[in-house]
Amino acid sequence: MEPLMRISDLKTRFHTQDGIVHAVNGISYDMHVGEVLGVVGESGCGKSVHALSILRLIPIPPGEIEAQEVWFAGRDLLKLNDSEIRQVRGREIAMVFQDPMSSLNPVYTVGFQISEALMLHKGMNKKQARERALELLNLVGIPEARKRLDNYPHQFSGGMRQRAMIAMALSCEPKLLIADEPTTALDVTIQAQIIELVIRLQEELGMAVMWITHDLGIVAEMAKNINVMYAGFIIERGSVHDIYHQTRHPYTLGLLGSLPSIDEAPGTKLISIPGLPPDLIGLPQGCPFFARCAFRAERCRLERPVLEEAGSPGHTVACWRWQEIDAEKLRKAVGGAL
Amino acid sequence: MAKYILRRLISVIPTLIGVTLVIFLFQRLIPGDPAVAMLGEHATEENVARIREQFGLNRPAFLDRDALVEGDLPGFFDSQYVRYFSRLLRFDLGDSIHRRIPVAQTLKERFPATLELALLSMFIALLVGIPIGIASASRRNSWLDGTTMIGSLLGVSIPIFWLGIMEIMLFSVFLKWLPSGSRLSPGVSITPVTNLLLLDSLLTGNFAGFWDALKHIIMPAVALATIPTAIITRMTRSSMLDVLQEDYIRTASAKGLSERVVLYRHALKNAFLPVITIIGIQAGSLLAGAVLTETIFSWPGIGKWVYDSILGRDYPIVQGVTLLIAIIFLLVNLLVDISYALLDPRISYD
Repeated sequence: MEPLMRISDLKTRFHTQDGIVHAVNGISYDMHVGEVLGVVGESGCGKSVHALSILRLIPIPPGEIEAQEVWFAGRDLLKLNDSEIRQVRGREIAMVFQDPMSSLNPVYTVGFQISEALMLHKGMNKKQARERALELLNLVGIPEARKRLDNYPHQFSGGMRQRAMIAMALSCEPKLLIADEPTTALDVTIQAQIIELVIRLQEELGMAVMWITHDLGIVAEMAKNINVMYAGFIIERGSVHDIYHQTRHPYTLGLLGSLPSIDEAPGTKLISIPGLPPDLIGLPQGCPFFARCAFRAERCRLERPVLEEAGSPGHTVACWRWQEIDAEKLRKAVGGAL
Repeated sequence: MAKYILRRLISVIPTLIGVTLVIFLFQRLIPGDPAVAMLGEHATEENVARIREQFGLNRPAFLDRDALVEGDLPGFFDSQYVRYFSRLLRFDLGDSIHRRIPVAQTLKERFPATLELALLSMFIALLVGIPIGIASASRRNSWLDGTTMIGSLLGVSIPIFWLGIMEIMLFSVFLKWLPSGSRLSPGVSITPVTNLLLLDSLLTGNFAGFWDALKHIIMPAVALATIPTAIITRMTRSSMLDVLQEDYIRTASAKGLSERVVLYRHALKNAFLPVITIIGIQAGSLLAGAVLTETIFSWPGIGKWVYDSILGRDYPIVQGVTLLIAIIFLLVNLLVDISYALLDPRISYD
């Protein structure tokens, strides 16, 4: 089956006064129609930048996007002209952002902001767009939606704003919804509601969802596949099962180990990954995780590992030593107490 | 909102009383006597005394201490300021000392000329400053942005009088394209409606009159507009730069809106609050800046008039004009505050 989106060797750089920041360093993957993909990694690993690069929402300059292709629904997004890419934004690929408090324009009503995309992409008039906006607010579970249409964002709570953002993103029935840490700024109960909402809508509407997060727990609930990113690279990719149970990359192991689990024996310490991600201006020659890795070898310092199949089909990992690694060894390597 | 406006209008009154006190005080701190200024250095003391008596200039400025010592209570309050203020309560601005005609009458004749000049200058400043500010914010660090920053720095730095003289040299003296002064050429007349000549000529379909009035007003208007244009450009640019960093701008772009819509619909309305504040302040300085501009271009407005009156120590005129400028300034700033609430739904005065 032809994928909905095929990204090949996507690179995003920023030219700054201090030098070139290599934010995304040649990532490739496919997404299928209706697939839910989790993109996981810590802050600054390039998850958001890679998503913004797909829609070309990176300001150029200082940014620079380069790829073999960013194939989406039959065409290369990087080859479209400005007005063609605008046709893709909001209509075929929609985004929900991290902070609902600042992602809505404070001086326009919520209803207007939802209607805007409808009038632009669906050619609706004001009245039709308003009616559709009302339906959408109902769909995302905003009570008294008709009254809420004329509210301004500051009259909404954080969770309601994120619902409104989702309504806005869904307005044109996109083929792909990119959710960039949409629950990070919300408290836990609201978080669960938003996740449930997106899962429900994804099933109802059959769109593909890319869920970007630093929280492995969240994507386990909803995603089919997971990309683990580090320093602008995908370092491990596989199904949720692969990533959680056949973990191959020491960084992924570390991420998983840092999650508290209710099943663990009391007193079990969480694993923390020592050190910081590498400076994206002067990336190391070899493996980007080298400096923090408990399994590093001479080869890792000199040669950058590439993604290779690891055990099961579709499970790939960028590590020279993946065959020698498992959680027990990591616990031992990082210090027996772990 | 209505309550707020009413409260603000009432608060204008004490401010205006303060303004009258300050004008009164400062005018009398400048050396010089209106009677002497009027009659000339060689006037007899008798004549000077007669004029001083006639205009009440022989009374103390604020309160008469000597009268209080003598127990003369009405005399204590019988000062220039109290006389002026009680006339003011009857909407009487007094008479010009030199020309002996009511200040209000001349004000009515001359104010439209200044208003027209100030309005056109503000119009130019907004028409040039806002789009250039937006364009240069959206293309930060481009050659356009650099040129704008240098241009606006020059704009605030160039003295109006120098620019005015250069304009006259170039366009009136060398090129002979534009007249160097006054509002209309001799022989051209425009039927008065509002006394704003550009508007009146259009309203009455007098296109020849419009063209003539435009040729006269354009140089002073450009000279007067330079500082506000520069300031509005810089303010728009920096305010837009702040707003363009906001997440909701990214949201708007992610919807597929064009750059134009993102800039003018989503960014500008948010960036406009600080710009409007500056516009309010500039409106005041336009009226004040008119003093220089009108003097250079012999523009028959209140600026040139008040300049002449300061030289001639014609106190009632200076007081009347200053009071009018203060009222306009206060009202413009009230409008600015009201417009905040219209632009930003988070601001409410109720």
